[in-house]
Amino acid sequence: MDLRAGVARFDASTGLTRLTEFPFALLTWVGPEGFPMSAAITLDSIDPAAGTASFATPAGLDIPTEGEVSLTGSHIRPQPGVGYDERRHVTVWGRVAASDTGRLAFRGESAWGWDEADIPFPEYLERTVGQSRRYLEGVSRATGRSVRPRLSRGWLFLRATRLPFLSATLIPVAIGLAIAAANGFFDALTALLTIIGAAAVHLGLNVANDVFDTRLGADDANVNPTQYSGGSRVIQYGLVSLGGMERMSLLFYAVAMAVGLILLALRPSAALLAIGVVGIILSVGYTAPPLKLVYRGLGEITTAIGFGPLMLLGAYVVQSGGSIEPAAVVASLPVAILVALILYVNEVPDRPGDARAGKRTLVVRLPQRTVITIYDVAAAAAFAIIVAGVALRLLPLPALLALLAIPLALRVHRGLETYYDQPYGLMAVMATNIRLHLVVGVVLLGAYLAVLLLQAVAPGRSLFLP
Amino acid sequence: MAWLPEPIRDLLDTALVAELTAVRPGGRPITYPLIPLWDGERILMTSSILFSRKLEHLKADPRVSISLSDPVALGGRQARATIQGLAQVIDGDPHTDWERVLPLWEAKEPVIRQFLKARVAFPLFFERAVIEVTPQRAYLWPDGDTSTAPSVSSVPRDGSPPRASSAATAEVA
Repeated sequence: MDLRAGVARFDASTGLTRLTEFPFALLTWVGPEGFPMSAAITLDSIDPAAGTASFATPAGLDIPTEGEVSLTGSHIRPQPGVGYDERRHVTVWGRVAASDTGRLAFRGESAWGWDEADIPFPEYLERTVGQSRRYLEGVSRATGRSVRPRLSRGWLFLRATRLPFLSATLIPVAIGLAIAAANGFFDALTALLTIIGAAAVHLGLNVANDVFDTRLGADDANVNPTQYSGGSRVIQYGLVSLGGMERMSLLFYAVAMAVGLILLALRPSAALLAIGVVGIILSVGYTAPPLKLVYRGLGEITTAIGFGPLMLLGAYVVQSGGSIEPAAVVASLPVAILVALILYVNEVPDRPGDARAGKRTLVVRLPQRTVITIYDVAAAAAFAIIVAGVALRLLPLPALLALLAIPLALRVHRGLETYYDQPYGLMAVMATNIRLHLVVGVVLLGAYLAVLLLQAVAPGRSLFLP
Repeated sequence: MAWLPEPIRDLLDTALVAELTAVRPGGRPITYPLIPLWDGERILMTSSILFSRKLEHLKADPRVSISLSDPVALGGRQARATIQGLAQVIDGDPHTDWERVLPLWEAKEPVIRQFLKARVAFPLFFERAVIEVTPQRAYLWPDGDTSTAPSVSSVPRDGSPPRASSAATAEVA
């Protein structure tokens, strides 16, 4: 079976076997005037192994015995208001000969078709992207102007930068700012600059990731991208050029570095400098050669460090002027683990394409059972750290509300068990896993906001264990 | 296109899917399931550029047939028809050209409006060409039984009334 174009090409025997699943077939041929012609027929005998079938001759029509004919079965039926169900079609090409009984004997030669049970519709779309690009190139040549796919600027920006993932930055930065405020450090201007700088690093990373995954072949090799995995695809779809993405990435990094320098000027500290330098190195080196950390199975640890301690402590030290509070370190750890688990789970559907492109992520290297066990242990560790942090009086008591998110982790576990090899079945699992990070992060943030509120209304009271 | 017999126009209005057959270079017929839309003059179909091989075939040879053959897709109607015609591909602006057929499309597939709201998720699916098929000849099997000859109608020439005949005597394929 040749799947390169999304549809499958197969032999006549397979095609005839598939044709038996349809209540009738469409006999099609090309007449002497060059027009195709079709008539519905019912197959009254079919022998897939021999590649033959027979049927009554449609009356009043001149079926050619010299040229090629085809038999088509189709179950493409829109269900009004619903969409489609069990989409599939198959065409078998061959030749017919009149038999003594007045019937036509068909001998199949080749076949093609599509069955969404074999190739899900999103994958079918993805496998035909190359065809669409070739087609538009032809239209451009024919019209003498560039004809390209488009999206509105807003949607294109959202898609190219993968903007919704910005929560992975906003959560740790906001927690860092809240912890700093609870410790008596808060400046609105530098807080805003911190958010802008951190967001710019993240968006620069997202765009650079697409650039290098395209250059290194990983995104092109992936035929199962989803809303949460496989990159933004804007380069593959011809929505933005590779050069355009490179410039966008550089712009984000330039903004990030400019903001970083301003922050260093306003709040100079060795800690901030170190965090900024390490952050930029990890961000660029995540996908870019020579480090290519994600290609070496180091994506999760890089993400954990970058979107946990670096973001949270970076936000904290900007406010504190360089000192680091142990509570901030502890609070960064569950956030770090859970954001790393977002990447970890999102890599599961990408793993066939990643493996083909030499992107040896953890889930490429490990068997399913080990992958799920690591997920369980890591998620449990995130919750255990929160409990320990509260017990050690480093985290406020309301942080324990994060334990209410444990069912989300259990749901991800079950989803991995069930849909490990089903990229589109994993979409809901990935969404739940992202929600897990968001819920725990918001609870930790809320816990510190509660501390701040209590400090304002009842200065002598504490939300920490005595 | 008043010459198309009323039963065939009714099938076109009703059909949720039809089989479009194009002719590949070399003469091989190739059949694609598509939703037929009837604007009273021509049969309109729309194809994503993702599935544009058919569009290339149509540009190379505009002669097509459209078969209305599946009783389930025809709302239970037993009649069957095949329409031969000439196809024109409209793809000057694949981002917007096809939107003129959206009201007809939505009437048959209401869920498409929901998909269109998520255009950002399927950007290439909604880069589309319109296939306009001008009917030239139509074959009708009123009871769907192709063991009996179809009645045949052809596009009127020089203002003459439409020709209708039994396929047994018509100039057929």
